[in-house]
Amino acid sequence: MRRLFNFHGGVKPPTHKTHSNREPIAQAPLFAEYVVPLHQSIGGTPQPLVKAGDLVLKGQRIGAADGNMSSAVHAPTSGVVKAVEMRTAAHSSGLTTLSVVIESDGRDQWCELTPLDWRALPPAQVREHLQNAGVVGLGGAVFPSHLKVNPGKQGHLDTLVINGAECEPFITCDDMQMRERGDTVVKGAAILRDLTQAKQVLIGIENNKPEAIAAMEATVKALGVERIEIVPIPTRYPAGGAKQLIRVLTGIEVPHGHRSTDYGVQCFNSGTAAAIYEALELGKPLISRIVTVAGNVEKPRNYEVLFGTAMKDMIALVGPKPDTDRVIMGGPMMGYLMPNDGVPVVKATNCILVGSAALFPPPPSEMPCIRCGECAKACPADLAPFELYWFSKAKIFGKAQEYHLFDCIECGCCAFVCPSRIPLVDYYRFAKSEIWARERDNSAADTARLRYEFRLEREEREKREKAAKLAAKAAETKAKLAAAEAAAAAGNSGEVAAPAPGADDAKKALIAAAMAKAQAQKAAVAPANTETLTADQQAQVTKIEARRAEVEAATAQAAQATLAANPEAKSDAE
Amino acid sequence: MLEALIVMALGAVILGGALGYASIRFKVEGDPLVEKIDAILPQTQCGQCGFPGCKPYAEAVAKGEAEINQCPPGGDDGVHKLADLLGREFKPLSGEHGIEKPKSVAFIDEQTCIGCTLCIQACPVDAIVGAAKQMHTIVAKQCTGCELCLPPCPVNCISMVPIAESVETWKWKYPVFDLKQKRAA
Repeated sequence: MRRLFNFHGGVKPPTHKTHSNREPIAQAPLFAEYVVPLHQSIGGTPQPLVKAGDLVLKGQRIGAADGNMSSAVHAPTSGVVKAVEMRTAAHSSGLTTLSVVIESDGRDQWCELTPLDWRALPPAQVREHLQNAGVVGLGGAVFPSHLKVNPGKQGHLDTLVINGAECEPFITCDDMQMRERGDTVVKGAAILRDLTQAKQVLIGIENNKPEAIAAMEATVKALGVERIEIVPIPTRYPAGGAKQLIRVLTGIEVPHGHRSTDYGVQCFNSGTAAAIYEALELGKPLISRIVTVAGNVEKPRNYEVLFGTAMKDMIALVGPKPDTDRVIMGGPMMGYLMPNDGVPVVKATNCILVGSAALFPPPPSEMPCIRCGECAKACPADLAPFELYWFSKAKIFGKAQEYHLFDCIECGCCAFVCPSRIPLVDYYRFAKSEIWARERDNSAADTARLRYEFRLEREEREKREKAAKLAAKAAETKAKLAAAEAAAAAGNSGEVAAPAPGADDAKKALIAAAMAKAQAQKAAVAPANTETLTADQQAQVTKIEARRAEVEAATAQAAQATLAANPEAKSDAE
Repeated sequence: MLEALIVMALGAVILGGALGYASIRFKVEGDPLVEKIDAILPQTQCGQCGFPGCKPYAEAVAKGEAEINQCPPGGDDGVHKLADLLGREFKPLSGEHGIEKPKSVAFIDEQTCIGCTLCIQACPVDAIVGAAKQMHTIVAKQCTGCELCLPPCPVNCISMVPIAESVETWKWKYPVFDLKQKRAA
């Protein structure tokens, strides 16, 4: 028996898991329309690769990863792209996000799948394949997996942890996957073991899932894979948190500001392991996942659901009770309230939790914090939740950060035990998003400052360069003048007494040269539209030319007359 | 008596020398206060404060030549921060320098733009791309929303578009609870 460790805090909420884990996983039927949001993982929003009217096949890439910290998105079924437009996102804000709307053609025809010979290829290429296959963490955080499939700085991992704990109430998707499709999870774990060069693989499963544990143990034995061990762990929320599970299995506590890979440990969700197996061995991109549909419904069950399926279509399958009034994505502890039931199932949707006022009664109103410290006892991240609460409430964000607000995993244990029923996590979420917004503003201000300073510098430089150019030109002219003068002096070397006329001559010569140049330029620019003229037009042109000549002659005459009449005017004019 | 004087004089010379050396050796480049004020300012470089940029305004504030409530893009929040930093009393934004507006970026109507490059010359952060007689466009990511490109445009083809909230920039609201419900409970 492996020695297990304890993590600090944690709670034991009612698990409600037996509602949905009695029926096998069902395949969701094909629906008429799929709305696939492009932004489904942490990182950049993928660039759309299709436009309205395009035909797509199941598994065809419709969004290309934008940068390294991003993951591709694929068509869930074959059909026609109806639009690439803003649709309501599966996000608490209720805002819209760029989505590809696909009208199913009913054939559900796969595109050509290309399995990867990952053993023979360099790791960078395997990672690229995973990125293009859109594989992200399916535990809920949707972190792009290709960034995690990495042996780390020391070249190998000590322990690879596969997270099958699934501690959140109501959710049973990982449980059912391990029971029914344990082979994909184990095969995925074996691939990850080889890719990360892990010495051992520990698959942690909470001991309230005896069927999953038995099934997985049998699978490991049947497949004969080495260095993979199934480890039942005590049931305590949130044992499925990555840091908590690592602590339970290895005893390593990952300190603030560090990653688990610094300690030779990496953690993947069991569903992610299966997705990696399918992406590499079968060439299948990530277009569906197992979703628990539970809560205030008649027949809670797990379904394999294509991404882009409207949540209401899934809820209709399980028979919502009449008093249903809300839809939560995720579980009751960490889930997010959806703006409506029409939002699509995305990669982060492990559970569609249907709620009602009876099932989740409205929280009694918040009472003052009495600093009892219950929250600190329950906090699995070893934080001081009441301090975080005070600072978040008072908007003293700097202090909240000093108390490691960003180590909070928003598990909700503190709010669960709070005798004053303070919605603590709401305060932390508020403070976190405020701090992020400020950081965005600050970095924008820094960029603006840099760009402004660069512009000032550029203007200065341009001024300097212009001045230098002018000075160079002036020097050149001066040199020319001097040369001309020298030539003049050489020409009439006898007349040493008259250098001034020489200089004058040189200047005049320069002016004459400039005038000749201008005339030549004028002559060179012939009117472009006088080549093909009708006789009529030609006559008009000749007439105008004649008139112009007349006018010019008259002007010249007038000037001559003025000169004759008033000789001083000449000197004035000059 | 004389000994005491010599000791004191010697002490003065040594300490004076040490201080003089330190003031040269550990000289702080620039005014740290100006830097701190500049860090609070939003760097829109809009000139609404009456100074030709955020840095000059920061310098003026540091010298006490300008009030702390002359920066509309910074808003009341910015005035609060400046007040905290400088130990001055908070003042609401002065109306004569403008009002706080929602964050916007400039947008060029490409149908109307004649390619005169006047806006390019006006932009303090080089966020406008274009060339003479070619259509111009704004690099929205770099635009600070200073509105300096609006007045020079001869065809009024630039407008300010408020930045819409997106899923990425959305913020969780401050938790509030219903007082009515509290009374009922």
